[in-house]
Amino acid sequence: MRFFHNANYDFIRVQKWAWAATAAFIIPGLIMLIVRGVNYSVEFTGGTLVQVRAEQRPDFGHIRTALDAEGLHGAELQEFGSEGSFVIRARAAVAGTDADNTSLTRAAVVRALDVVVPAKADGQKGYIIEHSYAVGPKVGAELRTQAIYLVMLSFLVVLVYLAWRFEWRFGVAAVLATAHDIVATIGFIALMRMEVSLVVVSAVLSMVGYSLNDTIIIFDRVRENLHKYKRSDLYAILNRSVNETLPRSILTHGTTLATLLALLVFGGEVIRPFAQVMFFGVFTGTLSSIFIASPVLLYIEKRWPGQDVKGARSVTTAVPATTAAATR
Amino acid sequence: MFSTIRSRLILTVALALLSLWALRPRQVSRLVTHDGVSHTDTVTRFGPNLGLDLQGGIHLGLELDQSKMVSTDPKRDLELALTILRKRIDEFGVAEPTVQKSGDDRIVVELPGETDPERAKAIVQRTAFLEFRITDKTQALERALPAMDRALRAAGVGVVPGVPKPAAPNAVTQLLGGDSAKADSTAVTDGILSGLIRPAGGAGYSPMPGEYMVPVGAADRVDSLLSIPSVMREMPRGLTWRWDPETVSIGVAPYRMLYILDDKAIMDGTHLEEAQAQIDPLTSGAIVTFQLDHSGGRTFGRETAAHVGDYMAILLDGRVQGRPPVINGRIDRRGQITLGNKTMEEAQDLALSLNAGALPIPLKVVEGVEVGPTLGKDSINGGVLAGLVGTLLVILIMIGYYHWSGALAVGGLMLYILYAVGALTMVGATLTMPGIAGLVLSIGIAVDANVLIFERIREELDHGKNVRLAIDEGFKHAMSAIIDSNVTTVMTALFLFQFGTGPVKGFAVTLSLGIAASMITSIFVVRTFYMIWLQRKPALAELSI
Repeated sequence: MRFFHNANYDFIRVQKWAWAATAAFIIPGLIMLIVRGVNYSVEFTGGTLVQVRAEQRPDFGHIRTALDAEGLHGAELQEFGSEGSFVIRARAAVAGTDADNTSLTRAAVVRALDVVVPAKADGQKGYIIEHSYAVGPKVGAELRTQAIYLVMLSFLVVLVYLAWRFEWRFGVAAVLATAHDIVATIGFIALMRMEVSLVVVSAVLSMVGYSLNDTIIIFDRVRENLHKYKRSDLYAILNRSVNETLPRSILTHGTTLATLLALLVFGGEVIRPFAQVMFFGVFTGTLSSIFIASPVLLYIEKRWPGQDVKGARSVTTAVPATTAAATR
Repeated sequence: MFSTIRSRLILTVALALLSLWALRPRQVSRLVTHDGVSHTDTVTRFGPNLGLDLQGGIHLGLELDQSKMVSTDPKRDLELALTILRKRIDEFGVAEPTVQKSGDDRIVVELPGETDPERAKAIVQRTAFLEFRITDKTQALERALPAMDRALRAAGVGVVPGVPKPAAPNAVTQLLGGDSAKADSTAVTDGILSGLIRPAGGAGYSPMPGEYMVPVGAADRVDSLLSIPSVMREMPRGLTWRWDPETVSIGVAPYRMLYILDDKAIMDGTHLEEAQAQIDPLTSGAIVTFQLDHSGGRTFGRETAAHVGDYMAILLDGRVQGRPPVINGRIDRRGQITLGNKTMEEAQDLALSLNAGALPIPLKVVEGVEVGPTLGKDSINGGVLAGLVGTLLVILIMIGYYHWSGALAVGGLMLYILYAVGALTMVGATLTMPGIAGLVLSIGIAVDANVLIFERIREELDHGKNVRLAIDEGFKHAMSAIIDSNVTTVMTALFLFQFGTGPVKGFAVTLSLGIAASMITSIFVVRTFYMIWLQRKPALAELSI
């Protein structure tokens, strides 16, 4: 069995369609982001989250009334996975500056639940607190900065390494493709109204690594083909390289998606967002390696034809449209 | 090196055995302290350490609270707080707690298995409190013990011989709890307390007034018995009891020391200006010198002058610190605490704690996480199931697409899982929830190197090369893509490790180890498999790929 054996598609020619497709995610996502803001989890905003499991999910209206009686207005209630499990979120938008205030919320939630959830026959409480989280807003803000900082730093590292191993043009193209992936993923997260938690940030970081991998494997082939086909121009070489690595892409994305599917179905409620973001990341990473990284490389090469080029040569003779015809 | 099949197999098997050895079930003995009494507890463990999110427990992030009192030297104050917290949490009774500095201004406390966040916070946020108290020299406890035992009998503790034990547990036995209490209450029939408390002394341990020894195992019990109101009433007026948290061996038996003290302190840490650890030039033992403020010095001078010849207990947070020294004469502003055979390090700890007691900068909780034990178990189970199903799917894809060669890659994949988990365990990495997700995901990505190699071999075969050459060339040409793509990932991971904290750090470790393991298996191990295959079938004309 072989997929896409000796494929010869003109990928770069159809890049506009790919750009349109990815814009369809990014633009509404970003609009959503501007209109509604980022749905940061309590870890990032500061506040309290209490995850409760009861025999039967109590009526949210009753809980809300009990919480209001405790002075906890505007707490969010949400079902969480299996029946009987739910989370109560209270963000520390107004409260003081540390988690002491927010962890008082936990005590208030417990009192409210004691009222609403009937005790078991043996006098035990009718519910279990599975997870609670209280964070001061300062810590949340720090985490947020750290996440952004880390992504930026990893970009820098990749840029330097690729500049050393390939050439700076490759580095810039790879980083731009990855930046696209991050923007697209943020759009996806906004569209899906997902909560941005530490788990989601880990997923974005994994996605960045995965997508870079993909780009580098195509670029490695480009480097090789530049030496092999000295007569061809970059346009044809890029297309050839994408086509040659196509079977590998299909297989690796296949096995990756298979494990992600397993995580989605069996991994449980906590891991699900990770799997969802990565799932999206595999697609956008593939698209960006083919339709963003390669055209960007071509564009840079055209704009700043390199004398200092180790591998890549500028498009010497013609504009892409005519060379495309020539390739066919 | 490793050019022969034999040497390659030896390395492969050695790595597998090393991983298996790392994963072996091991007995971990740990010190568990319960209400100040320490004992060792043995548990069986295997596999990597589990993060708090998987095993359940409490995580607290703490910072100096400068809202009420501004710290002049935050760096020093944080060190002080760290020292005190370590000590206190050791006495808190949690197995394998973590107390460490995080960044410049934060302390992270992790208490695995702990379930009560309020209790954890209360312990952590208390500040060290120093007091000096005079020990009792009237033998008040000896005189009061018979009355206390009578009170206990009246309360139903201590069963009269011949009378069957009441079936329903009363308040007192409930208070005592556990099996040891039951066994003891039948054994000791008269004078429970007088059977357990004796004036300290014997076997080279010189007696002093107000000091009593209690067998280590009975300390908890004695403390709760003394706390029963009817017993407490028998304690002579103006006196109270305090424990030394350390265990003392007299003869062969370990004891805890109980002190009967004045219930009023002659001095406390609010008057302390500074404490310092030093070496006593005369005895060359460790001492702690301290200085009180002027009004404190006046009071202390007056009190010590009145108590010359008495013993003075030094208490921190209500616990007696070592044997009370004798007061040789009037002490004014400056005094010293002789620590006997303790080390300089312990003297420094004490000095730190004393300074902190004098300078209480409270800590505030900036982050508090509580994870119930069931949640972690569910996550682990879900992760393991997802891992199994994911592996199965990957196996199907690989064998379905690459046939025999795919099967070789699957063999490599199995070793990858073994190596990766073994390496995680060996470096003592902590497995967290995102870590599990990353590990499962890595099963799908680990075959990438093999996919690259196999695709390359196919291309070489297309070019008409023979099987042997195609395999050689396939491995050789796929290498640059494999190296470049993985090096960038490892570099990113190293950055994450360097600058990230907590969960991000754990994720970085999982990522780097996973990549290292997959490099070994997909390049080295799978190549070895090919070599064996070709050796068995030297004339192989068509490769199953």
